[in-house]
Amino acid sequence: MLKHRLIPCVLLKNWQLVKSIEFDSYRTIGHPTATVRVYNSRNVDELIVLDIDASLNNEPINSEIITDMANECFMPLTIGGGIRTIDDVYTVLGAGADKVAINSEAIKNPLFIKEIATIFGSQCVVCSIDVKKVDEAYRVFSKKDGLLDIDPLELALEYEKQGAGEILLTSVDRDGTTKGYDIELLKLFKNALKIPIIINGGMGEPKHAIEALQNGADALAAAYIFHFTQFTPQMIKEELSLNHYPVRLS
Amino acid sequence: MSASIVIVDYGMGNLRSVQKAFEKVGFRAIITREHELIKSATHIVLPGVGAFRDAMKNLNSLGLVEVLNEEVLKNKKLFLGICLGMQLIAQKSYEFGECEGLGWIEAEVIKFDEGDLKIPHVGWNSVDYASPSILFENVPNGSDFYFVHSYYFNALNSYVIGHSSYGRNFICALQKDNIFATQFHPEKSQKHGLQIIKNFASLTKESLC
Repeated sequence: MLKHRLIPCVLLKNWQLVKSIEFDSYRTIGHPTATVRVYNSRNVDELIVLDIDASLNNEPINSEIITDMANECFMPLTIGGGIRTIDDVYTVLGAGADKVAINSEAIKNPLFIKEIATIFGSQCVVCSIDVKKVDEAYRVFSKKDGLLDIDPLELALEYEKQGAGEILLTSVDRDGTTKGYDIELLKLFKNALKIPIIINGGMGEPKHAIEALQNGADALAAAYIFHFTQFTPQMIKEELSLNHYPVRLS
Repeated sequence: MSASIVIVDYGMGNLRSVQKAFEKVGFRAIITREHELIKSATHIVLPGVGAFRDAMKNLNSLGLVEVLNEEVLKNKKLFLGICLGMQLIAQKSYEFGECEGLGWIEAEVIKFDEGDLKIPHVGWNSVDYASPSILFENVPNGSDFYFVHSYYFNALNSYVIGHSSYGRNFICALQKDNIFATQFHPEKSQKHGLQIIKNFASLTKESLC
């Protein structure tokens, strides 16, 4: 039986892995390769790393550090941040990533998704959508350009049409808060897509994981809970398993 | 004779991750498309992600189809196909229209199309053994492995060593004499996956007889 995945989603900033709080401040997690080694030994199912220096400051993608992480990572590795061209995708996959996460470039040009999917396959493309709630409505948020007048579900459906393999759906409001995933947001997406949804932002305890799976998430991304609470990946999975959600236990 | 492992580079997917999995379990593997290197190898690995048609096109244009047929079918070199590399040994695939494969096993590659299934089938899924194989030595039955694919390998059951289930039961591992193949990615499946890589690398042609 297919298992629900538990996926650390962390940021790369100044050669360190960090965790953002509501997309605003950052807490240091640690050295990239050392952290990947720890994740490998703790039975998480995949790893997503977003290079925010590359995405925010237009710096080149840090392929050196991606290579170092990939060398330690015997599970799927998704790299995002600052991927704007097919050459960037080649660079990131060549450095050892299995998938790329695309965000700002696809908002501007959804055909970029199709281009990647055609060359590398849909399984390679994770479309990352950051969402903020404003006056009871959800809108796509861009780290660079702020709030956009785009409906997140419509954007996700467009990405799916262009050949996206998965959607990484992040609530900016819940990011790093431990208040739980944005279930209302998730409900809007439930049953709307044929591709898997990875929900991100807000997991602070195992019951949040259960809520998300109840409401249509296929996989769970998180970071804060793994580093700044008492809960381990195994504890979250055990709780899910007790509640009859299939997970990979060690 | 010690193992000489080649990973066939035909422009499809993440070869480095397969290479470092071999390194992790103590074996050196060369990524190459050179015919002579493939001919001098004891173990041939055909990984790959992407589309079937492109893969066959690349294998053909690089002259690798003849080399693989010669070394695997005639010279009985140890072979491991991973993911797309497993699908390629089928007779044909229906991905983007019908396309002929290497045809080493009587099989077709067809798309998952069961009802509300999310496609691709992506994530960790358990593998149930269909018959004993040296490939699964020291790996418990029912272990989870990482999959990512939209098409599956449909064949008679004669060479099947592992099944998995996604909307339907499908073949996820097989062995026909010197030919091994997995739909899942052992190189991405942590300790059990690395064990499979190690098992394959440790094989000798003689040990199979």
